[in-house]
Amino acid sequence: MADKVFIALQNNADAQPIILAIAADNPEAVVVESPGMVKIDCPGRLVIRRASIEAQIGRDFDLQELHLNLISLGGNIDEDDDEFVLSWQR
Amino acid sequence: MSIDLKTTSIEPLRKTFDHIAEKLGGDKAATRYQEAVWGLQPQLNFHYRPTWDQRYALYDPRRTAIVMKDFDDLVDPRQYYYGTWTMQRGRQQDAQERNFELVEKRELLAGLDAAWRDRLTRFVLPLRHVAWAGNTNNSFICAYGYGAPITSAAGMHMMDELGVAQYISRIGLVLADNETTLLDAAKDAWMTAPMWQPLRELVERSMVTQDWFELFVAQNFVIDGLIYPLAFDRFDAHLVAHGGAAFPMLTEFIVDWHAESARWVDAMLKMAAAETPANRQHLDAWFAQWLPAVAGALEPLAAFAFGDTGALTDVTAALRARAGKLGLGG
Amino acid sequence: MAKGKKLGLKERYALMTRGLDWETSYQPMDAVFPYDHYEGIKIKDWDGWADPFRLTMDAYWKYQAEKERKLYAILDAFQQNNGQLNISEARYLSAVKLWLQGITPLEYAAHRGFAHAGRAFRGAGARIACQMQSLDELRHAQTQLHAFSHYNKFFHGFHGFAHMRDRAWYLSIPKSFFEDAMTAGPFEFVTSISFAFEYVLTNLLFMPFVSGAAYNGDMATTTFGFSAQSDESRHMTLGLEVVKFMLQQHEDNVPIVQAWLDKWFWRGYRLLGLVGTMMDYMLPKKVMSWQEAWGIYWEENGIALFHDLARYGIRLPKHHEVAAKEKHRLTHEMWLTLYQYGNALSLHTWIPDDAELDWMSEKYGASFDERYRPRLVYLREREQRGERYFNNRLPMVCQVCQIPVFYTEPDDPLVQCVRIVEAGGTKHHCCSDGCADIFRREPEKYVQALLPPQQIYRGEAGGARDIWEYAAWLHLEKDVDTGEYRGSPDQQHWAQWQQAHKATPADAA
Repeated sequence: MADKVFIALQNNADAQPIILAIAADNPEAVVVESPGMVKIDCPGRLVIRRASIEAQIGRDFDLQELHLNLISLGGNIDEDDDEFVLSWQR
Repeated sequence: MSIDLKTTSIEPLRKTFDHIAEKLGGDKAATRYQEAVWGLQPQLNFHYRPTWDQRYALYDPRRTAIVMKDFDDLVDPRQYYYGTWTMQRGRQQDAQERNFELVEKRELLAGLDAAWRDRLTRFVLPLRHVAWAGNTNNSFICAYGYGAPITSAAGMHMMDELGVAQYISRIGLVLADNETTLLDAAKDAWMTAPMWQPLRELVERSMVTQDWFELFVAQNFVIDGLIYPLAFDRFDAHLVAHGGAAFPMLTEFIVDWHAESARWVDAMLKMAAAETPANRQHLDAWFAQWLPAVAGALEPLAAFAFGDTGALTDVTAALRARAGKLGLGG
Repeated sequence: MAKGKKLGLKERYALMTRGLDWETSYQPMDAVFPYDHYEGIKIKDWDGWADPFRLTMDAYWKYQAEKERKLYAILDAFQQNNGQLNISEARYLSAVKLWLQGITPLEYAAHRGFAHAGRAFRGAGARIACQMQSLDELRHAQTQLHAFSHYNKFFHGFHGFAHMRDRAWYLSIPKSFFEDAMTAGPFEFVTSISFAFEYVLTNLLFMPFVSGAAYNGDMATTTFGFSAQSDESRHMTLGLEVVKFMLQQHEDNVPIVQAWLDKWFWRGYRLLGLVGTMMDYMLPKKVMSWQEAWGIYWEENGIALFHDLARYGIRLPKHHEVAAKEKHRLTHEMWLTLYQYGNALSLHTWIPDDAELDWMSEKYGASFDERYRPRLVYLREREQRGERYFNNRLPMVCQVCQIPVFYTEPDDPLVQCVRIVEAGGTKHHCCSDGCADIFRREPEKYVQALLPPQQIYRGEAGGARDIWEYAAWLHLEKDVDTGEYRGSPDQQHWAQWQQAHKATPADAA
């Protein structure tokens, strides 16, 4: 099985639509809640799509806004205007 | 909801940390600025010599000729700790961003006189490299200086200089429809054009200067103290007069930042000079050495940008006057 | 002038940063950048550096200002509303005291260290990433001070941290760790801090511990903790980038980087023993055990990272299997040591109550019940008889990590682990094979270490002749800042405030 990448976000109102978007775009993602934070693990690769978040929140979203609620991550990052991708390249 | 006064039974035991109270001369309420900088740098019991420079301890006051009884006295009049600094810069960048958008959207620089547009690209755009040197030199001061008040402010200044370098880059992109042609030409000019070489030679000399306080004088007081008034204040006025009425919108951050940070720079020099006569002598000597060198290096540039060196003579005199107010250059 | 084409994130960063630096010609590049080649790292092309986050300064200011506005709004509310009363129990604050004394100074050290790296590298991309991190670290130091400032007003043990930081025996553990990194060259520094420490290990501090702070009602720590960690993910990415960059640039770099990863994994792991103890012992309401956190953040996430690096010829760090063997006992051995030297700590120690011991039995199983629970129960009985145990003798500390030599053999938890190394005809003691290896690689560095017990014997601790005089020299007030939690002024104040709070329903919200 592929190693897991992960992203952790603060468990607050701003992060909820991001978490929903991630869950929708990554069927293999597992969401684990702890006090104050949410950690999302996913085998191999996890993608965060700007369009999916915008569909949740009904306004433009800049992926760099992720930084406001980001706690931690694991994986190689590839980020452009439309996608933020975490992956292990095995 | 009513506030029950019985909560006053929850009395504080003290107002601040011991080392802050000592500096304040008693247990008094301290500001966030004071708690954020005083005593923050370790003082003693350094375990290992730096492998990159065995001559000095990890934090070592001997890296400058300037001597202070307490380097924590070098407080920033702006009282910047990270939070106040970044929130101020956040507001400024919001305004600057709107300015760029407006100028681009409304094509507000379309009417700029062609000859002045050419001067702008050849005189102002290569200054992004000077700002980059300002970033480099302030990272030196932040890394090897002594005491959190001046080194933390130098760290912020380092990022500010990078911001300036990027805003100048952005001007180059705006003028070239987001192509890099003008920035590439500016780099070429910086590297090879005869009129830029005296300044590049001088900037490179600053980048190997080893006394961090001398570097502070050279970079933050003299180099920036001449270039910003010349290239943004004086030169902007000419552009405005030649169809570039909107140009100051693009340099608003740069101009405001320079005026604001000059308060910090002046305060550092004033306090260090007032500390001991020996400090004053060092500062005087550095000023006396760097001022003519920088002014001389700017001559061909001023002559190109303004047609003569009158503006340079003015800003040089203004910097001498500024130094005089700080007790220097006497 | 026509409207320009729209720039994407990657393009915009590249254009605004592109070519800012230049090849100096009036001064030799090696004079301008004297520190980036003596470590033996070979860089063929600095343009091969790719900054994954591509933050320009305007974006940096925009998002950092937003974070700070949120953070200080919460800190203001916390202070105005006596937020300290919402924590689970006053003893929880021992963890926060240790944070202020041991971790906040590291944030400051990181600020200076990254300014050094941000000056030292000749590649512009690497320097900008280091410089941003330098400022972020200043942010962390200062937001922590501002959060803890309020606790300092109401509880003991916080007030003298700056004096303690440069002198106290247990704080020489984090201090020497970071000074080891800062006095190394810039490549090793970034490898040690951004990669080994931040990417591989600080998740253990900022995720389970800060989540624990949230669970224990500490709004101040939770807020700065998670907010700081949002910068940390940028730093971790810098760490991974610098490691990959070195490995891609030249095959000769591989063994150098591997040696650094071996060293800094072990150095960081040893330091984290303190964090594990914060999680298992200092949180009255517990979220996750050290063993569980180690399983998630190292054995899953950390090892995944090393698998990813295997394509460059990097293997798992040496002695990682020892960490696995110690995970059942690391925090228990550490807490028993802190407990007995509680006479010279600026925080309180105690023996957990039965419910907590049951939690540990559940989490750690038979080995805890067999070896550590009986000791804890014995110490508690002594304390209840009025014979609270303190060790009045100075410990022998490890020449490398500076932790008292109390850990046990990897394969025998009943035998103290001591390794003796020699340099220049002098014997030195290490706590483990990991630390002994580190010593042997750079003996000239580690013989310089200022070990607190030796300093005390040399009279360099104000001439203190015993541990009580030593504590006084640290400005510790006996049984106020130090010692047993039960019966301490912090506990008494807490009890009074809780009562006052309950008695006045008007402010109970």
